[in-house]
This record gives sequence, structure tokens and C-alpha cells, in this order.
Amino acid sequence: MKFTFNDEQLSFRDAIVAALEGEVTAERIRQRWETEQGIDEACVAQLRELGLNAMLVPESLGGLGLSAVDFVMIAEACGAAALPEPLVDTVLCATPLLVDVLDRGLGGSDVQNVVDGLVAGELSVAVGHSINPYINFAATADWLLIEQSGALYLLPREEVTLTARKSVDPSRRLQEVGFDASPRYRLAAGDAAAELSRATLNRGALGSAAQLLGLTSAVVKQSVQYTSDREQFGRAIGSNQAVKHLLADVTVQAEYARPVIQRAAYTTAVAPTRADCAVSHAKVAAVRAAELAARNGIQCHGAMGYTWECDLQIWVKRAWALAREWGDTSFHKNRIHQWLLKPEALIGPEHTFGRRSVVGVDSQSAAV
Amino acid sequence: MDLNYTVEQIEFREEVRAWLADNVPSTPLESFDTKAGFEAHREWERTLASGNWGMVTWPTEYGGRGCDLIQWLIFEEEYYRAGAPLRVNQNDIFLLGPTLMECGTPEQKARFLPAMASGEEIWAQGWSEPNAGSDMAAIRCRADRDGDDYVINGQKIWSTRAVYADWVFGLFRTDPSSERHRGLSKILLPLNSEGITVRPIPQLNGLPGFAEIFFDDVRVPVENVLGGEGEGWNIAMATAGFERGLMLRSPARFQQASKRLVELYRRNEEDVVDPAIEEAVLRCYMDAEAYALSTYQTASRLAAGGSIGAEASCNKIFWSQLDLQIHDTALQLLGARGEIEPETDEDKALLGNWLDGFLFAQSGPIYAGTNEIQRNIIAERVLGMPRK
Repeated sequence: MKFTFNDEQLSFRDAIVAALEGEVTAERIRQRWETEQGIDEACVAQLRELGLNAMLVPESLGGLGLSAVDFVMIAEACGAAALPEPLVDTVLCATPLLVDVLDRGLGGSDVQNVVDGLVAGELSVAVGHSINPYINFAATADWLLIEQSGALYLLPREEVTLTARKSVDPSRRLQEVGFDASPRYRLAAGDAAAELSRATLNRGALGSAAQLLGLTSAVVKQSVQYTSDREQFGRAIGSNQAVKHLLADVTVQAEYARPVIQRAAYTTAVAPTRADCAVSHAKVAAVRAAELAARNGIQCHGAMGYTWECDLQIWVKRAWALAREWGDTSFHKNRIHQWLLKPEALIGPEHTFGRRSVVGVDSQSAAV
Repeated sequence: MDLNYTVEQIEFREEVRAWLADNVPSTPLESFDTKAGFEAHREWERTLASGNWGMVTWPTEYGGRGCDLIQWLIFEEEYYRAGAPLRVNQNDIFLLGPTLMECGTPEQKARFLPAMASGEEIWAQGWSEPNAGSDMAAIRCRADRDGDDYVINGQKIWSTRAVYADWVFGLFRTDPSSERHRGLSKILLPLNSEGITVRPIPQLNGLPGFAEIFFDDVRVPVENVLGGEGEGWNIAMATAGFERGLMLRSPARFQQASKRLVELYRRNEEDVVDPAIEEAVLRCYMDAEAYALSTYQTASRLAAGGSIGAEASCNKIFWSQLDLQIHDTALQLLGARGEIEPETDEDKALLGNWLDGFLFAQSGPIYAGTNEIQRNIIAERVLGMPRK
């Protein structure tokens, strides 16, 4: 029993945090908002150099062979930076899904080439899933990996039709995607597609939960700064208990969401077929913290918090958007609810973690 | 990261489970806030001590089992799973014992720790005074030096367990000219000392769970000062850290309560017409899990040489709100019967002890530093917001 990260994981995270701090500023995010594509090429190049795309790809396929546990703090850092590019979806959804397809012997040379291209940082893949009505950054992706109606497809962008939709978060570039669901581009159907679909949903929800936690911390940090600087009645507004307690409440929610999210990363990595409840719990806890952060953060900023000028909007709008992606809270609460109602659900103090001897007992178990 | 128990940890769990199965009383003990219940709980502590399960985290040299924090969590999980009695010596296990080990003289450790571990001596706490509640530095109860004794005069209030306990530990002003947090000392004394009057204070449930203690020229030998004269505040802060921190309320307590809540919900599911109740049940389950995960994470970090982080300040707010929500939701599930005090066996089967727990849960956001004080601490010390 060791619920900690090792030094390598921590220093990798620190390196990414440093890179994000240098490359992702509020000013440069706002510059992206002015463009149709919404991408900062210099930033993308910088992140590619760090080899992030290859993180979860096995070493046998040229990747780093790491896991969701290694990535979860990096996803959190991407949230804290409000990184607009869909790095988290690429690392946590696109590459593992393609690797799973190869493992099952379902993909042809196209899949191999796309994985190679991703690892080399030469191409981009957008991920579509039936839980999400839109695909983020579909218009700039080279390939689209789409789960729809119980089947999985991989298509070059030229083969799809795109209709842009505006998100509350100006950093997002959502598209409604139409395509010819013919066998030509189909990678999987039936049970195989259903398993891949479920695993992808869990990884996507884990990624959005981790980002929401990062967004929460960033909103608290900015709100502490603002309420420490802004003076009324001759003193900092942050010296008032009513203001302090707004941010203390967010901190409590975030502190208790973090281990839930990190456990979900572990379960996703080591027992992916039993990760549903752990992931759903992570998403619900993260949304709760992030939505409280958004509300209380705006409140702390007063009228400034309600302006376009105030950079806080970059983070709170992203929180509102990510709360809905990869299953909203209704979806995830319902998944836990359905499990909790079962008489055979393993709950109680002795079931925080599964035991080796009971692995596989309950396919929906929240235990690891 | 490895979230599997080791073979040794699994075996430890089995050992705990087997011992509890053989020893936990088959019928619940009377509340320890009655005379008979207090003695029954003392007897249970003796039973625990006989199996060396009383002070699992204490070092063996002081009558403990020398378990690490993960083993402590496993022990607690099995303890609550087994429905074992509440600990009447909670103060001793987690507050005074660790402080004595850290600050006590060899003589004090030898005198007090074994008797504490065996349940022979059960302690009350004496922090608050009528005008020193959240503002503990306002303490006025005096301990004036007279030869080899202190002479104590003044009053303590909200002293948990003081009605039936044997000893009290508390903060007293040993330097009469001092102010605020200077000049305070931590003193240990028997509650049957001459000059002590204990006046029980009935709690919301009508039982005297705490008391006022009046001191009228009570003489205590100077060797009963813990950690040196004038060091009381520093020691109290360390103790408050223990109390608020990891160990006062183990996650298993809330996981067991939320499990019982889920079972109550399953039984009543067809009658539940308010979706908010479903949501609340779900939230209780999730928050109890989150509290457990957080505690495991802290325990792992400490084992790896790290330190307690922001969660130490957050944890009291989190579990006290969770406890309120668990019991509030349970009473909602009981509907109109939720107001009934269970008397018959039939009542008890139907209503459980939810109402009693609901009353007790009202105290969670108040004791050990109110949640408002905790929020101030988070804002100022964790987030760095301005004090003034």
C-alpha cells in the first residue's frame, strides 16, 4: 500500500509545469481566441518536444511506456494552465485507444502509421465519442478517431463534414462531425468496440477531472491574489472572514477531490475494466470543486469578475465547459447510483481498496 | 503507487477481524455518558488491552502494539465493521498519550502511559473556560507556585468525559503576571483531588457528556507539569494538531455509517419520492470514500518521510459536514418516524441509532476548533490571505 508518487513522476510533472508556465500565458490564450484555428503553434511545438504524445504508448511502439498514474498530475497542470490545445485527450484517449486497437489486432497499416505519427509529434488526432456531441479541434486534426453507434472509426479529416459550434469557453474549437459510417474506415464493432468505447470514456472523464482540479487551484490562486491586493474600507478585502471562507470552502473540496482523482488514475491504469465507479467519483468530485471555485472566484473578484477584461474568465469558462465533457455529473452520478443499489456492491470500511484475492469479483466494483 | 495491501497487511487484517469476532460484545454497551455505561466501556478497554489491541499505534514500550498508520487504518476499518464499542479513552489514545510520549519525563511516561493503555485510568480534558473558548489564549484558571506544589483556582468548562473520568489534563496560568499564550503550563491532576467540584452538563441527548470543573485551592505537585513550566501553549498547539489532524476521526467510522445509510436507502428505496435524498445518499458514500482515500494518502506520505499538508486543516470541516449529512439523510429516510426516540427492540430495529448520531453530529463543526476557525486557518495559513 503506497499512495504516493515517486521522484521521477514528481520531477516530470515539475518540468511540464515549468514549460506550461513559460508557454501558456493569459495573453497568448487570448491571442488564440482571435484566430479561427485556436492553436498556438509555438506552444504545440514546445510540448511535442517534451515527448508527451508518446507518454502512454508502450516502449515496443516507440513510446515511453508510462501510465495514467504518471500522467494524472500533468493533466492537472494542463488544467491549471488552462491549456487550450487538446493535449490531455490526445495522450489519455487517442494514443491508448489506438494502442488497444493494435493490441487486439484490429488495425491495419493506417493505425500503425497514425501511432507512429503521434509518437513522432508529426500529426494530430481528434477523438469523438458518443457521450460528447461535438469533437474538439476536429478542424485542425489530421485524423479523427470516432466512436459512434457501437462502432469505432478512424478517418482522415478530408473524409468528414464539419459544422463549427461555439463553446462558452472561447479556447475550445468544437465541431459537429458528419461522416459516412461505412466499413471502409471502421476499426471495430460489437463487443470489442463496446469495450474500447467504455475504456475511452473513462480515460476521457479522468482527464477532464484532473484538468478541473488544476483549474480549481488556479482560480483559488488568482482569487487569493486579487483579494489580497484589492482594498476597501482601508484594508484588503481578503482580510474579511466572509471572503476568506469562500476560498477555504473551495480548498476543502479540492483537497478531497485530489486523492479520488489520483485513485481513479491508478484504477484506470491497473484495472481498466473495473474503473467505472472510481472514474465517475473523480469526475463528480472534480466538477463539484471546480464549479464552487468558479462561483466563489467570480464573487471574490466583484464586478471585475464579471468582465471580459478579467483573465479569470479563461479559467472559469473552461471549468464550465469541461464539467460537461466526457459525461456530465448526472451521467456519472447515475453510474455510481446504479452500482450502489446492487446488493452485491462491495461497500464499507474494509473495501476502500480491493484485495488481490478478490480481483475480478465485481466488474463494476469501485475497488481497485 | 501501489494500492494493494501487502500480504502482511492482509494477514494483519485477518488477525484483527478474528480477534474482534471473538471479543466484541454481542449487544451494544450503554452510553459511556452514564455511570454504568462508563464502567462497561472501561471493561471493554481492559479486554482490548488483554489482547494488546488497545493502543495499536503506540510503541510497544508504552503498552502499545507499534503499528504503522496503514495498520492503524486497517484496524479501524475492522473495528467499525465489527460494530465494536466507541472508545471512552479517545482523548488518551490520540491527545494525551502522544503528547506524553513526546514531552513527558521518563517518570511521567512510566507513571501514566501503562495505566492509560490498560484502561485503568481514563482522562478528561480541561481546555476551555467560560471566557476562553475559540480564543484559548484567554485562559485565566491559575496555578500558583507554593513550595513543591501548585495551588489551582478557577474554572474549566466543556470538559469531555469529566463526570466519570479519573484524571484531567489541561492548561493553567502558572505565571500570574503573564498574558495571552505566555505563562501557561500543561498540568495533570486526579479528578478526586481535594477542592475539585465537577458539575455535569447534560448534552443535547440529556446525558452528561461533559462538565464544568471548579478548582478551589487544589494542590498539585510540580512534577505533574508536562513539558516544562510556561511551555503549555506550545504543547497545546501540538495536541491540537493531533486532534484536528489525522487520527481523531478515522474514516472507517464514516464509511461504516455511509454503508448503513446505503442499506437503509435500499430498504426504503420504493418510498423515496425526493430525488434530493438519492443525491444525498450518493454524496455521503462518495465523501466517506474520499475521506478514506485522503487519509491513506496522508499515511503513505508520512511513511515515505513526507509531512502532513493542507488536508490537516481541511479534514475537520470535511468529516464534520459529512457526519451531519449522513445523519440528516438517514432521518429523512425515516420520514415522520425520524423524531422518535427508540425505546423498544422493535423501535431499535426500525430506527437504528440514527437520531442519537444526528444529535452528536451537531457537535462536530464546533469542538476541536469550530469550522469557522478552521476556515480562517485554511485561508490564512494554507492560502496566505491577509490576517488584517
